[in-house]
Amino acid sequence: MTSEKTKTEAKTKMLKISLEKTGLLFEKLSAAGKLYIPVDGAAGASFEKWDGKAGEANKFEMKMSSAHNTVKSAKDVFFPQTEDLMRFRVNGKKIEVTDCSDYLNNSNNSNNSDVARADNSAQNEKTANNIILFGVRACDVKSFEVLDRVFLSEPCDTYYKARRERTVIFSMACAAPRETCFCTSFGIDPSCPEGDVSCIADGKYIYFEIKSEKGERLMSSLSDMSDISDILESIGDSDPESVASRRREIKRRAERLPLSGVSTEPFGAGTTGRYFSSPAWEELSATCLGCGACTFVCPTCQCYDIKDFDTGESVVRYRCWDSCMYSDFTKMSAGQPRLTRLERFRQRFMHKLVYFPENNDGLFSCVGCGRCLASCPVNMNIVKVMKKLGGGAGD
Amino acid sequence: MTETAKKKEPLVPLVAQIVGIRTDTPDVKTFKVVNTDGKKPFSHIPGQCAMLSVPGVGEGMFSITSSPTNEDYMEFSIKRCGALTSFLHGVEEGQQITLRGPYGNGFPVNADFVGENLLFIAGGIGIAPLRSVINYCRSFRERYGRIDIVCGARSPRDLVDRDEALGEWAKDRDIGVHPTVDRADKNEDGWEGHVGFVPSYVKELGFSPDRTAIICGPPVMIKFTLEGLEELGFDKSRIYTTLEMRMKCGIGKCGRCNIGSKYVCRDGPVFRLDELDALPDEY
Amino acid sequence: MQRTDRDALVRRAVSLMNDGVCDRVLAWRRGEFSSDVSPGVFTDTESVEKELVRNFFCGANLSKYLISETEKTEKKVLIFLRPCDSYSFNRLLSEHKFNREKVYAVAVGCDGTADIGKLKRKCGALSDIKRRGDKIIAESLYETNEENEENEENEANGAERVFDLEDVLSERCLSCNLKNRADCDEIISDGGRDAVSERFFEVRRIENMSSEERYEFWRGEFSRCIRCNACRDVCPACTCEKCVFSNPSSGVENKAAANSFEESMFHIIRAFHVAGRCTDCGECSRVCPQSIPLHLLNRKLIKDINILYGEYKSGESVSQISPLNSWTENDADPSEVAELLERSRSK
Repeated sequence: MTSEKTKTEAKTKMLKISLEKTGLLFEKLSAAGKLYIPVDGAAGASFEKWDGKAGEANKFEMKMSSAHNTVKSAKDVFFPQTEDLMRFRVNGKKIEVTDCSDYLNNSNNSNNSDVARADNSAQNEKTANNIILFGVRACDVKSFEVLDRVFLSEPCDTYYKARRERTVIFSMACAAPRETCFCTSFGIDPSCPEGDVSCIADGKYIYFEIKSEKGERLMSSLSDMSDISDILESIGDSDPESVASRRREIKRRAERLPLSGVSTEPFGAGTTGRYFSSPAWEELSATCLGCGACTFVCPTCQCYDIKDFDTGESVVRYRCWDSCMYSDFTKMSAGQPRLTRLERFRQRFMHKLVYFPENNDGLFSCVGCGRCLASCPVNMNIVKVMKKLGGGAGD
Repeated sequence: MTETAKKKEPLVPLVAQIVGIRTDTPDVKTFKVVNTDGKKPFSHIPGQCAMLSVPGVGEGMFSITSSPTNEDYMEFSIKRCGALTSFLHGVEEGQQITLRGPYGNGFPVNADFVGENLLFIAGGIGIAPLRSVINYCRSFRERYGRIDIVCGARSPRDLVDRDEALGEWAKDRDIGVHPTVDRADKNEDGWEGHVGFVPSYVKELGFSPDRTAIICGPPVMIKFTLEGLEELGFDKSRIYTTLEMRMKCGIGKCGRCNIGSKYVCRDGPVFRLDELDALPDEY
Repeated sequence: MQRTDRDALVRRAVSLMNDGVCDRVLAWRRGEFSSDVSPGVFTDTESVEKELVRNFFCGANLSKYLISETEKTEKKVLIFLRPCDSYSFNRLLSEHKFNREKVYAVAVGCDGTADIGKLKRKCGALSDIKRRGDKIIAESLYETNEENEENEENEANGAERVFDLEDVLSERCLSCNLKNRADCDEIISDGGRDAVSERFFEVRRIENMSSEERYEFWRGEFSRCIRCNACRDVCPACTCEKCVFSNPSSGVENKAAANSFEESMFHIIRAFHVAGRCTDCGECSRVCPQSIPLHLLNRKLIKDINILYGEYKSGESVSQISPLNSWTENDADPSEVAELLERSRSK
């Protein structure tokens, strides 16, 4: 895990807030950084920047979604669907490179001879640089660990790192997991999510448990704000037990989910030989459209493309999400190693279930969030793959 | 890595300049590259690659063909086949490009190769990554045993590095250079060397299997040469090859150049045959 | 239950396979829950008997799969065609996308399919969904949908919720009114639903917005697009072997929009590309993970084509000629187009 995530072991420091005061809390949080919360929209829930203006009697326009989870994960907060990486000014035979990364505006390292760094004097307000992600489910918190493995491993992706480092995650325990959920298969506890501040709601209150120094820092910066004591309360004597019983109830619900029995046991490092040539891929991939829906809603998919765009004045080199399901993903002038839909389909699942754990100490790059089950146009998904292959079709 | 180097974004390239262009064959040119200060852009290990780009045209991974012992500049031998390479074939000296790297593992020139008899087998542009190794080994000649080089091409005029191979390398003591071409018109090309495909020539030459073989070339050549070497009794753990895949990041993150759990840009491009055998058959 | 039930499909598939007529069956395969249905290719009778399903959730049309499946066999591919799919079938056939000789087409009836998104938004976590006549009974996993307790608007849900069929039907099914139009080898039933809403109702609603409202409406919808290409990949009128947008050598290949203008243009251009060929099957909207009502763009063009060149429904027959590919004396003159379309708005 990331180094900044030093857990404040055992020392449980809990606070609570009455549910009707969440809007007031969001107002405070948005003063401490750029706040994202899940909100309802025409296409279901999505993480949006909170800008709920306070109206009468502290009623805020922007409310937290009541949906179980967002249609897309919050990964684009760290890894946007498109982002400008650098800008080239081409003048005859000469080229000039400018790094576009936003973090340059607020970091002290500059003066790289070959990279013209942006001026950093303009933006110096400390808090404006914080990002606060509120209401992240346990599966998605885990997905950030998967993304960290990719982007923060050497050589570290500084665009990702800059955003990741200044983000404080308020996770939220699940209340009513969906029929598509199977996070417990990956050892994730939906009742007690990781994160910088772990939250759980019981219908009356949201309870906050600080889990990292980063969370601690943010919460203490809140305590300096005026009238925060009217919003955040200390917990009472009976609260720990009511939280514990709430967690037990969520766990019980998770155990009874229809997909809770999906097993990762047959997969992991060293199983390539067992599954790669399985005849099951044929049937599994037969009706796959080869679209990128699964990869784009997936919290752990992180493949990207780098492309140039000529604005007329300069060439912008940008990065955008890419999908291993796309036919041109591995196409090169000299040939195409994954020519068929079957090969591309296989790559996606082998990567999540075998290759990734092989390179990352057994960590699967699926967190069981169930988004692909909900979004796939043909309802083909990782659960079906795991059941079919794990059920012996591979041998 | 130093603290400042760490902070530098790996995807942001440095600006370099083409200071020399040599036409090797009708579709291969070799570019001499230095940074904006006129110095070699960075150091590398033989077999490593760099991401070379012309903004607005494209970015591509190319093996560094010059030897690390060359302190003055870097060379890339590039075959014209796509948008970027076609553009490069049209540029003049003084053209700036961008460069990032070095990427990949490179050949174990200071480990497994030391003390070994080496057999280099190259087909067409496949000589590009091997040239760096060959010249490195020539610089430290005493560290290695006998060196043989089989290089093939479609025709005599397609032989990349022809002058260097048949001139400098062939003159060296303890280096055998064995060129071959698929076909030659004696009257036109004045070719007096061997005519035939690389795999069969390798078998014909009958190298003893107590060597380390290093192969690079088109997939079909690699495939049949490997079969030939195995027939000659070569051990898979002593055969090396270098692979080509579509790459975007060069640092094992963009997700496209993997074969099984190995990323060609990060874990390769150099693989031993026994390592390749352990990977799924996707290449 | 569907107008044509599962057993009828299984019986036909098994006997056609046993008789050696077909060795591949294009139908629907059951998944993990009742709503989890995939289009499926069956290659043996055992899996047909075990896994073939025909229910309210068989949303996917099958005919586009004939392009690849007919290439994989020497025998015939059995396909079950619903009324809407028969139009796509004809369309593909008229463009010679597959060999009719390699297909055994069976017409099946249809009572409409669910808008799963709609259902899930209403019910939260589903355990099972059943259909009883014109009612849909959705069983929730929980006694109450406690999700809502986190919010102020607390609406307790029962474990079982009953919906009118029409409340959870796909929009495309509400205005269906189609009969099977394909020249099928066999007809089990050729009927579809009777329309309960007018086909261009939604189009008209958008037409009647002010241009600012309309711009804002589509900008909002398109802003959700994630460029997954599902709409294109499922579309029976999008049959280019290599779409320009995924062809690196086309010069316009693009995985991401450079700006929001381009984002909108992608879908508008696509709608124009398939104009006159779109069969109005509604698959683009069904598959969109971001619930963008893409089929309304196509319907707008269909409506305009009808006004300018006379009633036309793509896929009604194999031999038809698209009004955009032909000229008749009755075609609207370019000078009257604007006026004709303007006049049609108020209707």
